[in-house]
Amino acid sequence: MPLLETSGLCITIGNTRVCDALDFSIAAGDRCCILGRNGTGKTTLLHTLAGLRPAQAGDIKLHDQSLQQLPRRSIARHIGLLFQDHNDAFPANVIETVLSGRHPWMGPLQWESEQDVAMARAALRAVDLDDMEQRIVTTLSGGERRRLGIACLLTQDPQLQLLDEPTNHLDIHHQISMLELLQQQARQDHKAQLFVMHDINLASRYCNRFLLLFGNGETAQGSASEVLTHPHLERLYQHPLQAVAGPHGTLWLPE
Amino acid sequence: MRALTLLAFLLILTLVSLLISLLSGSVAIGWQGLLAVLSGTGDGVATQIIMELRWPRAIAAFTTGALLSVAGALMQVLLRNPLADPYVLGVSGGAATGALLALLLGLGSLGLHSAAFGGALFSMLLVFGLAHGSGNWTTSRLLLTGVVIAAGWGAVIGFLLALSPDQALRGMLFWLMGDLSYASSPAAGLLVLTVGLLLAIAIGRSLNIFTQGEQTAAALGISVVPLRRFLYLLASLLSATAVTLAGSIGFVGLIVPHMLRLAGVRDHRLLLPAAALLGGSLLIIADTLARTLLAPRQLPVGILTALVGVPLFLLLLHHGRNVHGEAR
Repeated sequence: MPLLETSGLCITIGNTRVCDALDFSIAAGDRCCILGRNGTGKTTLLHTLAGLRPAQAGDIKLHDQSLQQLPRRSIARHIGLLFQDHNDAFPANVIETVLSGRHPWMGPLQWESEQDVAMARAALRAVDLDDMEQRIVTTLSGGERRRLGIACLLTQDPQLQLLDEPTNHLDIHHQISMLELLQQQARQDHKAQLFVMHDINLASRYCNRFLLLFGNGETAQGSASEVLTHPHLERLYQHPLQAVAGPHGTLWLPE
Repeated sequence: MRALTLLAFLLILTLVSLLISLLSGSVAIGWQGLLAVLSGTGDGVATQIIMELRWPRAIAAFTTGALLSVAGALMQVLLRNPLADPYVLGVSGGAATGALLALLLGLGSLGLHSAAFGGALFSMLLVFGLAHGSGNWTTSRLLLTGVVIAAGWGAVIGFLLALSPDQALRGMLFWLMGDLSYASSPAAGLLVLTVGLLLAIAIGRSLNIFTQGEQTAAALGISVVPLRRFLYLLASLLSATAVTLAGSIGFVGLIVPHMLRLAGVRDHRLLLPAAALLGGSLLIIADTLARTLLAPRQLPVGILTALVGVPLFLLLLHHGRNVHGEAR
């Protein structure tokens, strides 16, 4: 039974057709990655699936209910979104920011409980920020801010995690540790994950399904062996690529 | 715990400033006199001065300061701009135009208040309607519409001042810079403050999240458009009430929320009541100075809010920078 399902989804931004009549579904345990060149609408697709912007046509169903008819609060309990950028106009500290993930689960007049705080602390530990609770968010480095965003998503605890370039600003160690953390979430906690990533090699190492956006409305989806092929990828990126055998499977190197 | 300490401190500050304001004035009434009046055994003149002049005026000052500070904090969240003040969207311009017209026509105090409130309400609906017109009601569109409408009101105010006879100018100038001597009955303002503050605190957690950006807020389950409308209406109504009470008093609504933010208060469930208390007591002190400093002459209270506020704010800003430096 799929968690989120689209049928006949059409999205356009300006003159770009992101997808034409896309039928796509994602279920618990799925780790799917959206690949495509800059400006093909990967983020737009992610935001549409989170219900943040309307689609031109088609249906998006969350647990068999039309996304448009669900209140924002209940969408936020099921779908969480890690944005590409963070926008901190007012100074907040780290623990306050992580706790904001509990918002959709709390009543209007409810105060954060000990349990919420414990969850937030566990999330900070998981992303290696546990000694920074009182730091002001604007003083964090790019990579630390990114991990804080991931911690926030963990506290929100949705079943579907939409991750817009989660490895942005992260050093190699943290790229791997964050992706391992997310993979563990999918395996143990039955989360479904939809990534946007530019690194094909990281994507093919951590994801088991792929959705390619070609920028003209056409899409391709399937497993690595089905869609991560020479013709597909060279058409996708419009750049010659070379396939090399690596420790975790095929590595794609740009020429 | 820290929250309770802060609120208790601000409550004491409010009570102290209230006492100072009751004890200050051209007729000397000391501690014993004040206690006698409060316990109902004071002499007639002292009772009259305290209960009919100083007490309502101090309460009006508190109400105005609290309204402006809460409205300022809400506007800053709505526009996600730390430089926003309660007047940034033109509410005070509309109110001033109404008030100056009333002064020009020689209407009484009631006419003045109604005209000011009507003007503020008109300006508020005008900005809302124009910014809403295209359907896509974004923050920058709202801000631009408000700023342009405010500039328009500025021109109308200048025109009215140029037309006015000399003897009316002084009253008009006082009104434009903020003047509490017209604020005789603060009860309605106090009611608006109480209801508005409770509503704002009730959505305090949503406000905290709203400061992280509208998209983040939406992803965390906040219905952004209704919240934005509610914030706009609430902040505008609070500012309109304040302007109607005492004219356009500058500075309080901008700096009070910031003083608290610099002192490390970030949760709006605490920041809003704290802003009400701090803004209220700041305005009581400013108004007491305004009516005693050059007594029997009265100064526009707006001058005093800036005179008290500027050094206080700079001091905090300097201190805040040190704190930030250590945090790095």
